[in-house]
Amino acid sequence: MLEIKDLNVHYGVIHALKNISLTVNDGEIVTLIGANGAGKTTTLRTISGLKKITSGEIILDGKQIGLLSAPQRVSLGLSQVPEGRRIFPEMSVLENLEMGAFLRKDKDEIRKDMQSVYERFPILGDRKKQLAGTLSGGEQQMLAMGRALMSRPKILLLDEPSMGLAPLLVREIFEIIKDINKSGTTVLLVEQNASMALSIAHRGYVIETGSIVLTGSGEELMKSNEVQKAYLGGE
Amino acid sequence: MQQIVNGISLGSIYALIALGYTMVYGIIKLINFAHGDIYMIGAYIGYAAITFAHLGFFPAMVISMIACGLLGVITEKVAYKPLRNASRIAVLITAIGVSLLMEYVMMFFVSPDVRSYPAVLNNKVFHIGNVIVNTQQIYIIVTAIVLMVVLQFIVHKTKVGKAMRAVSIDKDAAELMGIKVDQTISYTFAIGSAMAGAAGVLVGLYYNSIDPLMGIMPGLKAFVAAVFGGIGIIPGAMLGGLSIGVIETMVSGYGSSLFKDAVVFAILILILILKPAGILGKNTREKV
Ligand SMILES: Nc1ncnc2c1ncn2[C@@H]1O[C@H](COP(=O)(O)OP(=O)(O)OP(=O)(O)O)[C@@H](O)[C@H]1O
Ligand SMILES: [Mg+2]
Repeated sequence: MLEIKDLNVHYGVIHALKNISLTVNDGEIVTLIGANGAGKTTTLRTISGLKKITSGEIILDGKQIGLLSAPQRVSLGLSQVPEGRRIFPEMSVLENLEMGAFLRKDKDEIRKDMQSVYERFPILGDRKKQLAGTLSGGEQQMLAMGRALMSRPKILLLDEPSMGLAPLLVREIFEIIKDINKSGTTVLLVEQNASMALSIAHRGYVIETGSIVLTGSGEELMKSNEVQKAYLGGE
Repeated sequence: MQQIVNGISLGSIYALIALGYTMVYGIIKLINFAHGDIYMIGAYIGYAAITFAHLGFFPAMVISMIACGLLGVITEKVAYKPLRNASRIAVLITAIGVSLLMEYVMMFFVSPDVRSYPAVLNNKVFHIGNVIVNTQQIYIIVTAIVLMVVLQFIVHKTKVGKAMRAVSIDKDAAELMGIKVDQTISYTFAIGSAMAGAAGVLVGLYYNSIDPLMGIMPGLKAFVAAVFGGIGIIPGAMLGGLSIGVIETMVSGYGSSLFKDAVVFAILILILILKPAGILGKNTREKV
Protein backbone atom coordinates (compact mmCIF):
# COMPACT_ATOMS: atom_id res chain seq x y z
CA MET A 1 0.00 0.00 0.00
CA LEU A 2 2.54 2.60 1.19
CA GLU A 3 6.22 2.29 0.54
CA ILE A 4 8.99 4.67 1.48
CA LYS A 5 12.43 4.23 -0.02
CA ASP A 6 15.67 5.92 1.06
CA LEU A 7 13.95 9.05 2.22
CA ASN A 8 16.09 12.05 3.15
CA VAL A 9 14.68 15.24 4.57
CA HIS A 10 16.40 18.42 5.78
CA TYR A 11 15.46 21.46 7.81
CA GLY A 12 18.10 23.86 6.54
CA VAL A 13 21.31 22.15 7.50
CA ILE A 14 19.66 19.74 9.93
CA HIS A 15 19.48 16.28 8.40
CA ALA A 16 16.20 15.17 10.00
CA LEU A 17 15.56 11.90 8.12
CA LYS A 18 18.45 9.76 6.95
CA ASN A 19 17.74 7.12 4.32
CA ILE A 20 14.49 6.00 5.86
CA SER A 21 12.73 3.06 4.25
CA LEU A 22 9.52 1.53 5.48
CA THR A 23 6.52 -0.35 4.15
CA VAL A 24 2.92 -0.51 5.22
CA ASN A 25 0.93 -3.36 3.68
CA ASP A 26 -2.76 -3.37 2.93
CA GLY A 27 -4.83 -3.85 6.08
CA GLU A 28 -1.97 -3.52 8.54
CA ILE A 29 -1.42 -1.39 11.60
CA VAL A 30 2.23 -0.37 11.49
CA THR A 31 3.74 1.70 14.24
CA LEU A 32 6.74 4.00 14.19
CA ILE A 33 8.12 4.53 17.66
CA GLY A 34 10.96 6.68 18.92
CA ALA A 35 12.02 9.27 21.45
CA ASN A 36 11.49 13.04 21.32
CA GLY A 37 13.04 14.60 18.26
CA ALA A 38 13.73 11.27 16.56
CA GLY A 39 11.92 12.31 13.38
CA LYS A 40 8.49 10.69 13.70
CA THR A 41 6.48 13.81 12.98
CA THR A 42 8.81 14.74 10.16
CA THR A 43 8.21 11.33 8.61
CA LEU A 44 4.44 11.75 8.65
CA ARG A 45 4.57 15.35 7.44
CA THR A 46 6.76 14.25 4.57
CA ILE A 47 4.41 11.41 3.65
CA SER A 48 1.47 13.85 3.70
CA GLY A 49 3.30 16.42 1.59
CA LEU A 50 3.59 19.21 4.17
CA LYS A 51 7.37 18.83 4.13
CA LYS A 52 9.45 18.57 0.95
CA ILE A 53 11.70 15.58 0.39
CA THR A 54 15.39 16.07 -0.33
CA SER A 55 15.68 12.67 -1.99
CA GLY A 56 13.99 9.31 -1.98
CA GLU A 57 10.63 7.91 -3.00
CA ILE A 58 7.14 7.75 -1.54
CA ILE A 59 4.92 5.23 -3.30
CA LEU A 60 1.21 4.83 -2.68
CA ASP A 61 -0.50 1.91 -4.42
CA GLY A 62 2.35 1.71 -6.93
CA LYS A 63 2.20 5.42 -7.70
CA GLN A 64 5.01 7.90 -7.00
CA ILE A 65 3.52 10.62 -4.83
CA GLY A 66 6.70 12.22 -3.48
CA LEU A 67 6.33 15.35 -5.56
CA LEU A 68 2.57 15.81 -5.34
CA SER A 69 0.93 18.54 -3.26
CA ALA A 70 -0.68 17.67 0.06
CA PRO A 71 -4.24 18.07 -1.31
CA GLN A 72 -3.42 15.77 -4.25
CA ARG A 73 -2.22 13.12 -1.81
CA VAL A 74 -5.45 13.44 0.17
CA SER A 75 -7.38 12.78 -3.02
CA LEU A 76 -5.34 9.59 -3.52
CA GLY A 77 -6.42 8.23 -0.15
CA LEU A 78 -3.96 9.53 2.40
CA SER A 79 -5.24 11.17 5.55
CA GLN A 80 -3.36 12.43 8.58
CA VAL A 81 -4.34 13.13 12.16
CA PRO A 82 -1.59 15.62 12.97
CA GLU A 83 0.40 15.95 16.15
CA GLY A 84 -1.48 18.10 18.65
CA ARG A 85 -4.79 17.31 16.85
CA ARG A 86 -4.95 20.66 14.98
CA ILE A 87 -8.73 20.82 14.82
CA PHE A 88 -10.23 24.15 13.76
CA PRO A 89 -11.16 25.61 17.17
CA GLU A 90 -13.30 28.48 15.88
CA MET A 91 -15.41 26.18 13.74
CA SER A 92 -18.18 23.91 14.94
CA VAL A 93 -17.74 20.17 15.34
CA LEU A 94 -19.94 19.66 12.29
CA GLU A 95 -17.90 22.10 10.20
CA ASN A 96 -14.69 20.38 11.21
CA LEU A 97 -16.10 17.11 9.92
CA GLU A 98 -17.23 18.82 6.72
CA MET A 99 -13.68 20.05 6.21
CA GLY A 100 -12.51 16.45 6.41
CA ALA A 101 -14.76 15.67 3.44
CA PHE A 102 -13.59 18.76 1.55
CA LEU A 103 -12.57 16.97 -1.65
CA ARG A 104 -15.63 14.75 -1.86
CA LYS A 105 -18.71 15.54 -3.90
CA ASP A 106 -20.94 12.58 -3.00
CA LYS A 107 -23.28 14.41 -0.62
CA ASP A 108 -25.36 11.39 0.40
CA GLU A 109 -22.32 9.27 1.13
CA ILE A 110 -20.79 12.12 3.11
CA ARG A 111 -23.92 12.25 5.23
CA LYS A 112 -23.70 8.50 5.81
CA ASP A 113 -20.04 8.73 6.80
CA MET A 114 -20.82 11.56 9.15
CA GLN A 115 -23.44 9.35 10.74
CA SER A 116 -20.92 6.57 11.21
CA VAL A 117 -18.45 9.01 12.77
CA TYR A 118 -21.19 9.95 15.23
CA GLU A 119 -21.78 6.27 15.93
CA ARG A 120 -18.11 5.70 16.58
CA PHE A 121 -17.81 8.87 18.66
CA PRO A 122 -21.26 9.55 20.16
CA ILE A 123 -19.98 12.59 22.03
CA LEU A 124 -19.33 14.34 18.71
CA GLY A 125 -22.94 13.81 17.71
CA ASP A 126 -24.08 15.46 20.94
CA ARG A 127 -21.77 18.40 20.35
CA LYS A 128 -22.36 18.96 16.63
CA LYS A 129 -23.09 22.68 16.91
CA GLN A 130 -20.51 23.42 19.57
CA LEU A 131 -17.26 25.19 18.69
CA ALA A 132 -14.51 22.60 18.46
CA GLY A 133 -12.20 24.69 20.66
CA THR A 134 -14.51 24.15 23.61
CA LEU A 135 -14.15 20.35 23.53
CA SER A 136 -11.95 18.54 26.04
CA GLY A 137 -8.59 17.13 24.95
CA GLY A 138 -9.95 13.62 24.48
CA GLU A 139 -12.97 14.88 22.56
CA GLN A 140 -10.69 16.94 20.34
CA GLN A 141 -8.63 13.83 19.59
CA MET A 142 -11.81 12.02 18.62
CA LEU A 143 -12.82 14.94 16.42
CA ALA A 144 -9.41 14.96 14.74
CA MET A 145 -9.79 11.25 14.03
CA GLY A 146 -13.37 11.60 12.85
CA ARG A 147 -12.35 14.49 10.62
CA ALA A 148 -9.54 12.43 9.08
CA LEU A 149 -11.93 9.55 8.41
CA MET A 150 -14.33 11.83 6.55
CA SER A 151 -12.07 11.75 3.50
CA ARG A 152 -12.55 7.95 3.32
CA PRO A 153 -8.82 7.31 3.47
CA LYS A 154 -7.17 4.11 2.33
CA ILE A 155 -4.43 4.79 4.83
CA LEU A 156 -4.70 6.78 8.03
CA LEU A 157 -1.58 8.38 9.50
CA LEU A 158 -1.82 9.09 13.23
CA ASP A 159 0.71 11.25 15.06
CA GLU A 160 0.76 10.56 18.81
CA PRO A 161 -2.97 10.19 19.37
CA SER A 162 -2.31 9.38 23.04
CA MET A 163 -0.51 12.64 23.73
CA GLY A 164 -1.79 14.41 26.83
CA LEU A 165 -4.62 11.98 27.52
CA ALA A 166 -5.47 10.11 30.74
CA PRO A 167 -4.58 6.38 30.67
CA LEU A 168 -8.19 5.26 30.49
CA LEU A 169 -8.80 7.49 27.51
CA VAL A 170 -5.59 6.30 25.86
CA ARG A 171 -6.88 2.74 26.05
CA GLU A 172 -10.18 3.82 24.51
CA ILE A 173 -8.44 5.65 21.67
CA PHE A 174 -6.31 2.59 20.89
CA GLU A 175 -9.40 0.36 20.87
CA ILE A 176 -10.93 2.75 18.37
CA ILE A 177 -7.79 2.62 16.20
CA LYS A 178 -7.98 -1.17 16.18
CA ASP A 179 -11.61 -0.93 15.24
CA ILE A 180 -10.97 1.53 12.41
CA ASN A 181 -8.35 -0.87 11.10
CA LYS A 182 -10.75 -3.84 11.31
CA SER A 183 -13.25 -1.97 9.21
CA GLY A 184 -10.69 -1.85 6.40
CA THR A 185 -8.45 1.19 6.87
CA THR A 186 -4.70 0.69 6.86
CA VAL A 187 -2.98 2.53 9.72
CA LEU A 188 0.46 4.04 10.23
CA LEU A 189 0.71 5.00 13.88
CA VAL A 190 3.42 7.22 15.35
CA GLU A 191 3.81 6.94 19.10
CA GLN A 192 6.02 7.59 22.09
CA ASN A 193 3.81 5.29 24.12
CA ALA A 194 5.65 2.24 22.77
CA SER A 195 3.97 -0.48 24.78
CA MET A 196 0.48 0.64 23.82
CA ALA A 197 1.42 1.10 20.18
CA LEU A 198 3.19 -2.26 19.93
CA SER A 199 0.29 -4.04 21.62
CA ILE A 200 -2.09 -3.19 18.76
CA ALA A 201 0.38 -3.08 15.86
CA HIS A 202 1.07 -5.90 13.42
CA ARG A 203 4.55 -4.56 12.78
CA GLY A 204 6.70 -1.76 13.99
CA TYR A 205 9.77 0.34 13.24
CA VAL A 206 12.03 2.05 15.75
CA ILE A 207 13.47 5.41 14.72
CA GLU A 208 16.43 7.07 16.41
CA THR A 209 17.86 10.46 15.40
CA GLY A 210 16.49 10.21 11.91
CA SER A 211 17.35 6.57 11.13
CA ILE A 212 15.37 3.36 11.37
CA VAL A 213 17.34 1.16 13.78
CA LEU A 214 15.04 -1.78 14.30
CA THR A 215 12.02 -3.43 12.75
CA GLY A 216 9.87 -6.48 13.43
CA SER A 217 6.45 -7.67 14.44
CA GLY A 218 4.74 -5.99 17.37
CA GLU A 219 5.51 -8.89 19.66
CA GLU A 220 9.15 -9.18 18.57
CA LEU A 221 9.80 -5.55 19.21
CA MET A 222 7.99 -5.67 22.54
CA LYS A 223 10.35 -8.44 23.64
CA SER A 224 13.53 -7.04 22.16
CA ASN A 225 16.15 -5.81 24.58
CA GLU A 226 16.71 -2.49 22.88
CA VAL A 227 13.06 -1.55 22.96
CA GLN A 228 12.70 -2.78 26.53
CA LYS A 229 15.62 -0.66 27.64
CA ALA A 230 14.96 2.46 25.65
CA TYR A 231 11.20 2.77 25.67
CA LEU A 232 9.57 0.45 28.12
CA GLY A 233 11.72 1.08 31.17
CA GLY A 234 12.62 -2.64 31.42
CA GLU A 235 16.01 -4.23 32.00
CA MET B 1 -30.26 61.92 14.38
CA GLN B 2 -29.29 63.56 11.11
CA GLN B 3 -25.63 63.01 11.93
CA ILE B 4 -26.28 59.35 12.63
CA VAL B 5 -27.82 58.83 9.19
CA ASN B 6 -24.88 60.62 7.58
CA GLY B 7 -22.51 58.67 9.79
CA ILE B 8 -24.03 55.34 8.83
CA SER B 9 -23.71 56.09 5.11
CA LEU B 10 -20.08 57.06 5.50
CA GLY B 11 -19.52 54.18 7.91
CA SER B 12 -20.98 51.66 5.44
CA ILE B 13 -18.29 52.68 2.99
CA TYR B 14 -15.57 52.34 5.61
CA ALA B 15 -17.00 48.98 6.57
CA LEU B 16 -16.85 47.69 2.99
CA ILE B 17 -13.20 48.72 2.72
CA ALA B 18 -12.39 47.43 6.21
CA LEU B 19 -13.69 43.99 5.25
CA GLY B 20 -10.93 43.57 2.69
CA TYR B 21 -8.28 44.58 5.20
CA THR B 22 -9.57 42.21 7.78
CA MET B 23 -10.08 39.22 5.48
CA VAL B 24 -6.59 39.52 4.02
CA TYR B 25 -5.09 40.00 7.46
CA GLY B 26 -7.02 37.00 8.72
CA ILE B 27 -5.62 34.70 6.08
CA ILE B 28 -2.01 35.82 5.55
CA LYS B 29 -1.41 38.23 8.46
CA LEU B 30 -0.68 41.07 6.07
CA ILE B 31 -1.88 44.66 6.37
CA ASN B 32 -2.46 45.22 2.69
CA PHE B 33 -1.70 48.93 2.40
CA ALA B 34 -2.58 48.85 -1.28
CA HIS B 35 -6.18 48.07 -0.38
CA GLY B 36 -7.22 51.74 -0.25
CA ASP B 37 -5.82 52.17 -3.75
CA ILE B 38 -7.83 49.27 -5.08
CA TYR B 39 -10.84 51.17 -3.79
CA MET B 40 -9.61 54.26 -5.66
CA ILE B 41 -9.20 52.25 -8.86
CA GLY B 42 -12.69 50.87 -8.31
CA ALA B 43 -14.01 54.42 -8.27
CA TYR B 44 -12.29 55.13 -11.61
CA ILE B 45 -13.56 51.94 -13.18
CA GLY B 46 -17.08 52.89 -12.14
CA TYR B 47 -16.47 56.36 -13.53
CA ALA B 48 -15.37 54.93 -16.86
CA ALA B 49 -18.27 52.52 -17.02
CA ILE B 50 -20.78 55.28 -16.41
CA THR B 51 -19.17 58.00 -18.52
CA PHE B 52 -17.93 56.08 -21.53
CA ALA B 53 -20.13 53.01 -21.60
CA HIS B 54 -23.21 54.89 -20.34
CA LEU B 55 -24.02 52.18 -17.87
CA GLY B 56 -26.27 52.65 -14.87
CA PHE B 57 -25.26 52.50 -11.25
CA PHE B 58 -25.74 48.82 -10.73
CA PRO B 59 -23.88 47.43 -13.78
CA ALA B 60 -21.09 49.96 -13.20
CA MET B 61 -20.68 48.71 -9.66
CA VAL B 62 -20.66 45.08 -10.72
CA ILE B 63 -18.00 45.78 -13.36
CA SER B 64 -15.92 47.65 -10.83
CA MET B 65 -16.23 44.77 -8.36
CA ILE B 66 -15.13 42.20 -10.93
CA ALA B 67 -12.21 44.32 -12.12
CA CYS B 68 -11.06 45.07 -8.59
CA GLY B 69 -11.40 41.43 -7.65
CA LEU B 70 -9.09 40.51 -10.53
CA LEU B 71 -6.70 43.31 -9.64
CA GLY B 72 -6.57 42.06 -6.05
CA VAL B 73 -5.77 38.53 -7.20
CA ILE B 74 -3.04 39.74 -9.56
CA THR B 75 -1.51 41.96 -6.87
CA GLU B 76 -1.34 39.01 -4.50
CA LYS B 77 0.17 36.67 -7.10
CA VAL B 78 2.76 39.15 -8.31
CA ALA B 79 3.72 41.04 -5.16
CA TYR B 80 2.86 39.00 -2.08
CA LYS B 81 2.96 35.34 -3.01
CA PRO B 82 6.71 35.30 -3.75
CA LEU B 83 7.18 36.62 -0.21
CA ARG B 84 5.06 33.97 1.50
CA ASN B 85 7.97 32.91 3.69
CA ALA B 86 9.66 36.29 4.02
CA SER B 87 9.62 38.39 7.18
CA ARG B 88 6.49 40.36 7.88
CA ILE B 89 8.29 43.68 7.63
CA ALA B 90 9.46 42.82 4.10
CA VAL B 91 5.90 42.10 3.04
CA LEU B 92 4.63 45.25 4.70
CA ILE B 93 7.16 47.39 2.86
CA THR B 94 6.17 45.68 -0.37
CA ALA B 95 2.54 46.53 0.34
CA ILE B 96 3.42 50.20 0.78
CA GLY B 97 5.37 50.03 -2.48
CA VAL B 98 2.41 48.50 -4.29
CA SER B 99 0.21 51.25 -2.89
CA LEU B 100 2.50 54.02 -4.20
CA LEU B 101 2.81 52.25 -7.52
CA MET B 102 -0.95 52.12 -7.98
CA GLU B 103 -1.34 55.79 -7.03
CA TYR B 104 1.29 57.08 -9.42
CA VAL B 105 0.46 54.75 -12.28
CA MET B 106 -3.10 55.99 -12.02
CA MET B 107 -1.87 59.61 -12.00
CA PHE B 108 0.02 58.88 -15.17
CA PHE B 109 -2.99 57.45 -16.95
CA VAL B 110 -5.87 59.51 -15.63
CA SER B 111 -3.99 62.68 -14.58
CA PRO B 112 -3.79 63.85 -10.98
CA ASP B 113 -6.78 66.16 -11.41
CA VAL B 114 -9.96 65.75 -9.47
CA ARG B 115 -12.82 64.56 -11.65
CA SER B 116 -16.46 65.01 -10.91
CA TYR B 117 -18.44 61.82 -10.86
CA PRO B 118 -21.36 61.56 -13.24
CA ALA B 119 -24.74 61.61 -11.49
CA VAL B 120 -26.42 58.35 -12.38
CA LEU B 121 -28.96 58.38 -9.60
CA ASN B 122 -31.67 60.99 -9.79
CA ASN B 123 -31.26 62.37 -6.39
CA LYS B 124 -34.42 62.73 -4.37
CA VAL B 125 -34.52 63.96 -0.82
CA PHE B 126 -36.81 62.37 1.72
CA HIS B 127 -37.85 63.95 4.98
CA ILE B 128 -38.50 61.48 7.75
CA GLY B 129 -39.48 63.56 10.75
CA ASN B 130 -36.76 66.16 10.81
CA VAL B 131 -34.16 63.80 9.36
CA ILE B 132 -33.15 64.22 5.76
CA VAL B 133 -32.20 61.14 3.75
CA ASN B 134 -31.25 61.28 0.10
CA THR B 135 -31.31 58.64 -2.59
CA GLN B 136 -27.53 58.23 -2.54
CA GLN B 137 -27.50 57.47 1.15
CA ILE B 138 -30.22 54.87 0.70
CA TYR B 139 -28.26 53.26 -2.14
CA ILE B 140 -25.09 53.24 -0.08
CA ILE B 141 -26.67 51.76 3.01
CA VAL B 142 -28.76 49.18 1.16
CA THR B 143 -25.85 48.12 -1.07
CA ALA B 144 -23.54 47.81 1.91
CA ILE B 145 -26.05 45.73 3.85
CA VAL B 146 -26.70 43.44 0.89
CA LEU B 147 -22.98 42.95 0.27
CA MET B 148 -22.30 42.20 3.92
CA VAL B 149 -25.12 39.69 4.09
CA VAL B 150 -23.81 38.02 0.93
CA LEU B 151 -20.32 37.98 2.41
CA GLN B 152 -21.51 36.41 5.65
CA PHE B 153 -23.35 33.81 3.60
CA ILE B 154 -20.23 33.04 1.56
CA VAL B 155 -18.00 32.78 4.59
CA HIS B 156 -20.29 30.61 6.68
CA LYS B 157 -22.31 28.55 4.23
CA THR B 158 -20.23 27.91 1.13
CA LYS B 159 -17.31 25.59 0.61
CA VAL B 160 -15.03 28.42 -0.50
CA GLY B 161 -15.93 30.41 2.59
CA LYS B 162 -15.33 27.52 4.95
CA ALA B 163 -12.00 26.88 3.23
CA MET B 164 -11.12 30.54 3.77
CA ARG B 165 -11.85 30.21 7.47
CA ALA B 166 -9.96 26.93 7.75
CA VAL B 167 -6.88 28.38 6.04
CA SER B 168 -6.93 31.46 8.24
CA ILE B 169 -7.07 29.26 11.34
CA ASP B 170 -4.43 26.69 10.40
CA LYS B 171 -2.80 26.42 6.97
CA ASP B 172 -1.19 23.03 7.50
CA ALA B 173 -4.34 21.47 8.89
CA ALA B 174 -6.30 22.96 5.98
CA GLU B 175 -3.90 21.37 3.50
CA LEU B 176 -4.35 18.03 5.21
CA MET B 177 -8.08 18.37 4.47
CA GLY B 178 -7.25 18.74 0.78
CA ILE B 179 -7.79 22.51 0.72
CA LYS B 180 -5.57 24.34 -1.78
CA VAL B 181 -4.09 27.14 0.27
CA ASP B 182 -2.87 29.36 -2.58
CA GLN B 183 -6.18 29.17 -4.37
CA THR B 184 -8.04 30.01 -1.18
CA ILE B 185 -5.83 33.05 -0.59
CA SER B 186 -6.65 34.19 -4.14
CA TYR B 187 -10.37 33.92 -3.43
CA THR B 188 -9.91 35.98 -0.30
CA PHE B 189 -8.14 38.75 -2.20
CA ALA B 190 -10.80 38.60 -4.91
CA ILE B 191 -13.70 38.97 -2.52
CA GLY B 192 -12.04 41.60 -0.31
CA SER B 193 -10.99 43.68 -3.34
CA ALA B 194 -14.44 43.38 -4.90
CA MET B 195 -15.91 44.90 -1.73
CA ALA B 196 -13.46 47.80 -2.07
CA GLY B 197 -14.46 48.20 -5.73
CA ALA B 198 -18.10 48.56 -4.70
CA ALA B 199 -17.12 51.08 -2.03
CA GLY B 200 -15.21 53.09 -4.64
CA VAL B 201 -18.26 53.48 -6.86
CA LEU B 202 -20.48 54.32 -3.91
CA VAL B 203 -18.13 57.00 -2.63
CA GLY B 204 -17.82 58.53 -6.09
CA LEU B 205 -21.57 58.93 -6.18
CA TYR B 206 -21.70 60.28 -2.66
CA TYR B 207 -18.97 62.89 -2.87
CA ASN B 208 -19.16 63.47 -6.63
CA SER B 209 -15.43 63.69 -6.94
CA ILE B 210 -12.54 61.28 -7.35
CA ASP B 211 -8.77 61.60 -7.68
CA PRO B 212 -5.82 59.19 -7.66
CA LEU B 213 -4.98 59.88 -4.01
CA MET B 214 -8.53 59.50 -2.74
CA GLY B 215 -7.79 56.03 -1.39
CA ILE B 216 -5.25 57.10 1.19
CA MET B 217 -7.43 58.64 3.88
CA PRO B 218 -10.44 56.29 3.67
CA GLY B 219 -7.96 53.42 3.41
CA LEU B 220 -6.34 54.46 6.67
CA LYS B 221 -9.68 55.02 8.34
CA ALA B 222 -10.96 51.65 7.18
CA PHE B 223 -7.79 50.16 8.59
CA VAL B 224 -8.55 51.88 11.91
CA ALA B 225 -12.09 50.49 11.64
CA ALA B 226 -10.75 46.97 11.12
CA VAL B 227 -8.46 47.30 14.14
CA PHE B 228 -11.27 48.87 16.15
CA GLY B 229 -13.56 45.89 15.56
CA GLY B 230 -10.75 43.36 15.91
CA ILE B 231 -8.57 42.72 12.90
CA GLY B 232 -9.20 39.38 11.25
CA ILE B 233 -12.80 39.33 12.49
CA ILE B 234 -15.39 39.98 9.78
CA PRO B 235 -18.27 41.25 11.95
CA GLY B 236 -15.64 43.39 13.69
CA ALA B 237 -14.89 45.20 10.43
CA MET B 238 -18.57 45.91 9.90
CA LEU B 239 -19.02 47.21 13.43
CA GLY B 240 -15.75 49.14 13.28
CA GLY B 241 -16.63 50.77 9.94
CA LEU B 242 -20.02 51.95 11.13
CA SER B 243 -18.61 53.19 14.46
CA ILE B 244 -15.81 55.17 12.84
CA GLY B 245 -18.25 56.65 10.32
CA VAL B 246 -20.70 57.74 13.00
CA ILE B 247 -17.99 59.08 15.31
CA GLU B 248 -16.43 61.04 12.47
CA THR B 249 -19.66 62.70 11.39
CA MET B 250 -20.60 63.40 14.99
CA VAL B 251 -17.30 65.14 15.57
CA SER B 252 -17.59 67.26 12.45
CA GLY B 253 -21.29 67.91 13.04
CA TYR B 254 -21.15 68.96 16.66
CA GLY B 255 -17.53 69.85 17.09
CA SER B 256 -15.30 70.89 14.28
CA SER B 257 -14.55 69.09 11.06
CA LEU B 258 -10.94 70.10 11.60
CA PHE B 259 -10.72 67.51 14.35
CA LYS B 260 -12.50 64.61 12.70
CA ASP B 261 -9.41 62.88 11.35
CA ALA B 262 -7.48 63.49 14.54
CA VAL B 263 -10.26 61.87 16.54
CA VAL B 264 -10.27 58.79 14.32
CA PHE B 265 -6.55 58.24 14.83
CA ALA B 266 -6.83 59.00 18.52
CA ILE B 267 -9.29 56.12 18.62
CA LEU B 268 -6.73 53.88 16.96
CA ILE B 269 -4.19 54.75 19.63
CA LEU B 270 -6.70 54.28 22.44
CA ILE B 271 -7.78 50.89 21.11
CA LEU B 272 -4.21 49.74 20.72
CA ILE B 273 -3.55 50.72 24.34
CA LEU B 274 -6.77 49.54 25.95
CA LYS B 275 -7.89 46.57 23.89
CA PRO B 276 -5.35 45.71 21.21
CA ALA B 277 -7.42 42.79 19.95
CA GLY B 278 -10.31 45.14 19.15
CA ILE B 279 -13.87 45.37 20.41
CA LEU B 280 -14.85 41.88 19.25
CA GLY B 281 -11.39 40.36 19.61
CA LYS B 282 -10.12 37.95 22.18
CA ASN B 283 -7.11 39.36 23.94
CA THR B 284 -4.34 37.22 22.57
CA ARG B 285 -0.82 38.49 22.53
CA GLU B 286 -0.37 38.82 18.80
CA LYS B 287 0.90 42.19 17.75
CA VAL B 288 -0.75 44.03 14.91
N1 LIG C 1 10.40 23.24 11.61
C1 LIG C 1 11.58 22.74 11.99
N2 LIG C 1 12.69 23.46 11.81
C2 LIG C 1 13.91 22.96 12.17
N3 LIG C 1 14.08 21.77 12.73
C3 LIG C 1 13.01 21.01 12.93
C4 LIG C 1 11.69 21.46 12.59
N4 LIG C 1 10.81 20.49 12.91
C5 LIG C 1 11.55 19.50 13.45
N5 LIG C 1 12.86 19.79 13.46
C6 LIG C 1 13.96 18.94 13.94
O1 LIG C 1 13.89 17.70 13.30
C7 LIG C 1 14.10 16.65 14.21
C8 LIG C 1 12.93 15.69 14.20
O2 LIG C 1 11.78 16.33 14.72
P1 LIG C 1 10.35 15.64 14.77
O3 LIG C 1 9.37 16.71 15.15
O4 LIG C 1 10.12 14.92 13.52
O5 LIG C 1 10.53 14.64 15.97
P2 LIG C 1 9.47 13.68 16.67
O6 LIG C 1 10.02 12.32 16.60
O7 LIG C 1 8.13 13.88 16.10
O8 LIG C 1 9.51 14.20 18.18
P3 LIG C 1 8.33 14.31 19.26
O9 LIG C 1 8.19 12.95 19.85
O10 LIG C 1 8.88 15.27 20.27
O11 LIG C 1 7.13 14.79 18.59
C9 LIG C 1 14.35 17.31 15.55
O12 LIG C 1 15.73 17.38 15.76
C10 LIG C 1 13.77 18.66 15.42
O13 LIG C 1 14.46 19.59 16.21
MG1 LIG D 1 6.38 14.52 16.89
